[in-house]
Amino acid sequence: MEHQSKLETVLRGAALLLVVVFFMFPIFWIFLMSLQTNETILRVPPSINFEPTLRNYKALITGKLETSAASLEINFLQNLWNSVFLSVASVSLALLLGVPAAYAFARHKFKGSEDIAFTLLSFRFAPPLLVLLPLSLYFQKMGLANTYLGLIWVYQLICLPLILWIVRGYFEDISPDIEYAYRVAGHSWFSTFRKIALPLAGPGIAAAGLLAFIFAWNNFIFALVLASADKQPVTVGALAFITASGIQYGQIAAAIVMSIAPTLALALYAQKYLVEGLSLGAVKG
Amino acid sequence: MPVPSSVTKRRGKRLVSRRALPYLLSLPALLVCIGILVPFVTAIYYSLQRYRLSQPWAREMNWGDNYIRFLTDSDFWNTLAVSLQYAFLTVGMELILGLGIALLLQKRTRLNNAVSIMLLMPLMTAPALAALMWKLMTNPGFGILNYFLTLIGIDDFRWGASPSSALFTVVLVDIWVYTPFIMILLLAGLRSLPTQPFEAAALDGVPRMQQFLRITLPMLTPYILTAALFRLLESIQQFDIIYAMTQGGPGDTLTVFQVEAYLNYFQSTNVGRSSALLLILWAITFFISNIFIKNWLRLRERARGEV
Repeated sequence: MEHQSKLETVLRGAALLLVVVFFMFPIFWIFLMSLQTNETILRVPPSINFEPTLRNYKALITGKLETSAASLEINFLQNLWNSVFLSVASVSLALLLGVPAAYAFARHKFKGSEDIAFTLLSFRFAPPLLVLLPLSLYFQKMGLANTYLGLIWVYQLICLPLILWIVRGYFEDISPDIEYAYRVAGHSWFSTFRKIALPLAGPGIAAAGLLAFIFAWNNFIFALVLASADKQPVTVGALAFITASGIQYGQIAAAIVMSIAPTLALALYAQKYLVEGLSLGAVKG
Repeated sequence: MPVPSSVTKRRGKRLVSRRALPYLLSLPALLVCIGILVPFVTAIYYSLQRYRLSQPWAREMNWGDNYIRFLTDSDFWNTLAVSLQYAFLTVGMELILGLGIALLLQKRTRLNNAVSIMLLMPLMTAPALAALMWKLMTNPGFGILNYFLTLIGIDDFRWGASPSSALFTVVLVDIWVYTPFIMILLLAGLRSLPTQPFEAAALDGVPRMQQFLRITLPMLTPYILTAALFRLLESIQQFDIIYAMTQGGPGDTLTVFQVEAYLNYFQSTNVGRSSALLLILWAITFFISNIFIKNWLRLRERARGEV
């Protein structure tokens, strides 16, 4: 690899540039659109020479959309809040339920534990609508339709299997000897779990929690089926917003930027955990 | 691991609580399992019924009728064909691109690391929002991609709005979002390969292409297989990108399984047909996921063994 020819260096550089342009351009372009008014967006030919304005963001935050025809009330901040609340609450619940269960699966090979783990995993891959459609009828009967509680419950379908499988792998990697030694010294089961197992599996729990948060945030289909406007997260809200605002392209772009910014920021901040979590223990046990 | 005998004795004293503990701890996970199984069984039940929300009086068991009707139902065969086309096109393209990019970024240089972090961005974008981004870029009025196409002499390319290019458009968005996933997995795989075979081959003067075909590719195969099966599982169920981009249209061009089932349920309120469609999709994914899980566990064992 050391003796690359000049031609190869150039070709590699060109390929790399092409890759970066293809994957980064859409984000860059939508960001630019979010800083423009319709006038400059609709120019032919398009140009990156414009006065940047924060008007679109201001309209989204104040909730007042001025169009040439009329002023329109929008509630995008509510969608944003729904996304934050649903994701944080779902991941917290999933960690609370999932981490002890992962520990049980890793440490105690009890009867049926593999079966439960496998069932959970294979449902991770089942078509979501298969569960969602009957569930929506049940929810209507149980009064859970369009409630945060119902949504958080359903979000466990994405968060819990993820946390269970990643964290279990981390617990399995911790040698039980350390725990036995601590227990022999007279500590309770719970304090062993809290003082020894939890800290050692810390990175795994962080990776799993982070990934679960991103999956919850990015989820679209659950809320599309189960929530109406006031409970919808940004993914569903943005689609509805396009229909409602019609041709306010700058504001649509700004709404998209505000919706993807949290996950992108998280990804930048914690990319190491993320890569580890994404490979789901397939590459590095 | 051998357990010290003193510990085994201690364990004996509190046998009852120790036995109950794992069950107690996994109870919540178990409950979620049940929470999934109940709607699942309900869906099977619905799929065996003539059941339209708009005609509750006509609801009755018709057993396998919904399934048998699929045999002569051209809409069903269209759904199956489009779903398979979508899945194989996306996964195939993403594998080729993902492998190419992983090879490009294999060396741990600062530039390569920066690029691989950049590539995380599309993967972290919600697929539904990614589709909206591409929708803005392919808008007939001001879409930047339309402008680029006019520069090379293609006018009036209609992207998602035309039956001839709709599939291409959604596949493109899928590639944008998910190629980085395959790239990350294969890059991790590439970097974990032992170096000795490559050094030996270099000493023997084996050409690079031969090295790639004879050493890299075979050693990387388990990783490629895992990535491909995982993506195939997701791709055959794709909903977000297609629904956000075209709602399954124009016409029935993009009515893949989940989109068709969604439209059946909410537009024609045909719960029976919708459930039957989803169960067929489930059977397909169940088949793929069994192969995937086996393959993945083997890979995991191997990775552990090497550490």
